[in-house]
Amino acid sequence: MLTLTNIGKRFKKKHGAVDAVHGLTMSVEKGEFISITGPSGSGKSTLLLMLGGMTTPTSGTVKWNDCSLYDMTPTERAAWRETTVGFIFQAFNLIPYLNVRENVGLALNLTGNHPADAEKRIDAILEKVGLTDRQDHLPNELSIGQQQRVALARALVKAPTLILADEPTGNLDRDTAAEVLTILKELNRDGKTVILITHDPSIAQMAKRTIRIVEGRIKQVNS
Amino acid sequence: MSLIKLVLRELFQRSNQLFTSLLAITLGIAVIVGIKNITVYSEKAVSGELDALGANILILPKSASVQNYYSADFQEENIPENYIKALVGSDIKGIDNLSPKLSIPVDIGGYKATLTGILPKNEFKSKAVWQSTLGVFSRPEGCGVQACIPGVTDSVKALARKRVINDLSPNSVLAGADIAGMLKVQEGDSLTVLGSRFLVEAVLPMSGTVDDSRLFAHLHTVQRLTGKDSLLNAIEIVGCCSAISGGLIQKINRLLPDAKVVTIRQIVQTQLNTTLLMKKLSLIMLIIIILVGGAGIANYMFANVHERRREIGILMAMGAIPSFIVRMFLLKGVIIGVAGGVIGYVAGTIMAVVLGPQLAGVPVKPMLSLAFYGISLSIIISLLASIIPAYKATRVDPSIIMQED
Repeated sequence: MLTLTNIGKRFKKKHGAVDAVHGLTMSVEKGEFISITGPSGSGKSTLLLMLGGMTTPTSGTVKWNDCSLYDMTPTERAAWRETTVGFIFQAFNLIPYLNVRENVGLALNLTGNHPADAEKRIDAILEKVGLTDRQDHLPNELSIGQQQRVALARALVKAPTLILADEPTGNLDRDTAAEVLTILKELNRDGKTVILITHDPSIAQMAKRTIRIVEGRIKQVNS
Repeated sequence: MSLIKLVLRELFQRSNQLFTSLLAITLGIAVIVGIKNITVYSEKAVSGELDALGANILILPKSASVQNYYSADFQEENIPENYIKALVGSDIKGIDNLSPKLSIPVDIGGYKATLTGILPKNEFKSKAVWQSTLGVFSRPEGCGVQACIPGVTDSVKALARKRVINDLSPNSVLAGADIAGMLKVQEGDSLTVLGSRFLVEAVLPMSGTVDDSRLFAHLHTVQRLTGKDSLLNAIEIVGCCSAISGGLIQKINRLLPDAKVVTIRQIVQTQLNTTLLMKKLSLIMLIIIILVGGAGIANYMFANVHERRREIGILMAMGAIPSFIVRMFLLKGVIIGVAGGVIGYVAGTIMAVVLGPQLAGVPVKPMLSLAFYGISLSIIISLLASIIPAYKATRVDPSIIMQED
């Protein structure tokens, strides 16, 4: 489903170039739950961005089924992201001036192809994450856990097939983190492909496959 | 949620920044609208005053010397009367009235005077003083302001007088105030001029010009008495001030290449200089507005893009295409432009209406056409200032969304 072949990413800095990812090759099957671990600066986030069609690799190819993501035009890649990928971030990244319902619904409106059942989908996902009664609240009126559930709802309202989560529990307390992970597991059971970046070994163990990255290279794979 | 709703929400979320970015463009538009508004009314006032002065262009023989504008029609040389036909038949615009004249020196009971042949109706139309005092003619058309004749109504007497003077008979003259005083004649008295007897139809009001020392008879009578059929000394023209500024003199010169065309140069030049000065001032202001207002908005937009990098990143992660991001910032630019234009127009108009009478000494009224001008200018400046920041927004490093707050 998702195939990475010899991909690398080099950033140009003031004092020379830095290779964040070196010749990395891996594949992800449909419905897999993969965790990616590694120390800070190991290239995990860069890898996730390249998987999500957000950052063009310096070398190598990323293929979604048989389509090379980075041979697509930016518009085609954006359309692919809109229909296929759901991002979840450690920092939530909610739009501060939109209420909960608008934040979630925004994901359905970006290309102007507003689905006919958009309102029903928003209602359903808000109910799933338990925020129906807070839908008119602004993000700063919510607890940290609630904010992450909004971010989760926003990523899932489009019913994506690939979920890319970057430390989604990093800012959460134990109970809220457990809730988020439960939702991710449920999504995986429903056939979604989940790629999760985490520092926490206990969370990494939840995945069917764990990949450890150090200095931009795969050091270890546990299945 | 529509794009415009998204942009408006964000604008009001950061209303403090919006206020400061709006301030520069609003003040700029207000100043430019204010100057333009005052300039237009100032030009109208000067134009009206110049038109009200009466004849402001003279057509004379080519060899005529013009030492004194007001007696310049008193020439030895002649011009053909068919110049009138040429002018009337031409497509030259901005000629309000034509008054042909033939003046000759006469001796009346030992007094040296000037007998001037006129077409009475045309002559009255060119003389504001005669109109207002006699109350028999107003200027019914053309560019000049209508002569204001308070208290004068078309009474039976006025109508009769109007008809008589309009059709000044071959044996009638009008006497200037000075000559009437010297000859001690009044309305209804008789005078002998060039061997012919004339009835003094009216004594003209004091005008303070050479007209006060002249006798006026019908043009055709003077032509007959002097044997100068179809000849004139001069043609006085009431030219619209705006048309003079727009090259009326040159157009008449081209039409009548064998004549000399002169105008009240000083007054027209003053008008032209004032217009030019205000236009230059407007242009300087326009450049300042574009630089200051545009720089203010561009600065705000750059700061806004920087501040919203994370937001832009998340929108792109959700599937927003680059053109969506560009449209988001350009739409914001348009909204700021519209707001700056509308507020600037209102403020500039209030400024012009309040300060116009004090600064330019003319009453100023709001001009709706300046709303279109001000708003369009504001939108263009704002849009131009938003293009580079909008493009920059599409180049935001997506890794920002992976970073913690």
